[in-house]
Amino acid sequence: MNTIFNSSVGRKLIMSLAGLFLISFLLVHLGINLLVFLESKEPFNKAAHFMGTNPVIKIMELTLFGGFLLHIIYGMIVSLQNKLARPIGYAKSNNSQQSFFSKYMFHTAVVIGIFLVLHLIDFYVKAKFIGGVPEVVYNGENYHDLATLVIARFKIGWVVWVYVAALLGLGFHLHHGFQSAFQTLGLNHPVYTPIIKGLGILYTILVTLGFMSIPVLVYFIK
Amino acid sequence: MDLTLKIWRQENRQAKGRFETYLVTNISPDSSFLEMLDILNQQLVDKFEMPVCFDHDCREGICGMCGLYINGRPHGPDTGVTTCQLHMRKFKDGDTITVEPWRAKPFPIIRDLVVDRSAFDKIIEAGGYVSVNTGGVPDANALPISKKDADIAMDAAACIGCGACVASCKNASAMLFVSAKVSQLSMLPQGKIEAKERVKKMVAKMDELGFGNCTNTGACEAECPKEISLSHIARMNRELYAAKIL
Repeated sequence: MNTIFNSSVGRKLIMSLAGLFLISFLLVHLGINLLVFLESKEPFNKAAHFMGTNPVIKIMELTLFGGFLLHIIYGMIVSLQNKLARPIGYAKSNNSQQSFFSKYMFHTAVVIGIFLVLHLIDFYVKAKFIGGVPEVVYNGENYHDLATLVIARFKIGWVVWVYVAALLGLGFHLHHGFQSAFQTLGLNHPVYTPIIKGLGILYTILVTLGFMSIPVLVYFIK
Repeated sequence: MDLTLKIWRQENRQAKGRFETYLVTNISPDSSFLEMLDILNQQLVDKFEMPVCFDHDCREGICGMCGLYINGRPHGPDTGVTTCQLHMRKFKDGDTITVEPWRAKPFPIIRDLVVDRSAFDKIIEAGGYVSVNTGGVPDANALPISKKDADIAMDAAACIGCGACVASCKNASAMLFVSAKVSQLSMLPQGKIEAKERVKKMVAKMDELGFGNCTNTGACEAECPKEISLSHIARMNRELYAAKIL
């Protein structure tokens, strides 16, 4: 393992592995979130309870924070090095044909980073540390009524706008990130790479619209 | 054709450069970009001014010496060609053309549009070779190599080391160049023996020289005059993981 992580390729390896981990996390996150559309609030609240208390999930939670941290820290290091590699820029901006979203990975990352903090304060910190979340009783057991909290939050117009804008940033980030991770891992193939790129676009659209549907639909119909 | 040229002028490595504007008239659309610069330089010499310095050698697209950043693209608006193979018919009469040198920290400007690309030589010196005496030309079928592998190695070997990949990359990364040089050897039996050491040494040298990190934007592949594929970068990554981790 000597110094693979000190090399430029190794740093990108960490970025891609952490990124793919976060990509898989988003699917789980979305799956549970969509339960909020059910008639009864019980499945959503129970799922949230499970995610908050199960010991295996607790370990995964720590791994997730680690994944976020690695992806963010290495992203910063890599971006800084990239800036230093060209101290004097071009007068005529770069017209090279490059994938559009790849040029703005840092910008979309900043949007997602700010959103992440706001989003954690919105729900995670409230439920875990501050308290004040209403409680409900199912079968004699107490549960946080997070469904009610979520619905109340997304009845506020500007919150919905913030979420939609941030998720658009996430979509742009995923559009390049998904397929880029595979290339960095060395997985490039004349047949499979187009399939991976197609899957990446499908995943991006699904995840972005899926997450967007929650604030938007809650605002209009719940 | 009458053209306005905005050209980067810089006296030496330390000097602060600036853009100078020149007018050239009556340029044939069939002349190459470098011939157009020759005409400009003749005008400057006639006026007892210093001509514009630029790199060039073979002028038939195979040496990798020429390299100008023209209107925001390395080697100008054509695809799959070097600057010397770019013709003025790709421009319109009355155009303003901005000509800049390659910009990257490991590629310091020597003068005007001439850039020191010896960083690439240092990467090759670090491991881009086969260090056994291979003797004369081997018998045609003594060492069978599949057509597929031979083709991949040959495609990689088409790299002329001009540096357009670095120039076009928003991160000034040299990954396309290094991966082409790694692939052209590691695909063949003579090069396989040292493959692990080679990829480690060449990537380490590339990092040491201060090139940026690859973010898979694909600008290098789009601008490469020899149309080297990004798949070589993936191969180099695979080889480095195998050499370092396995």
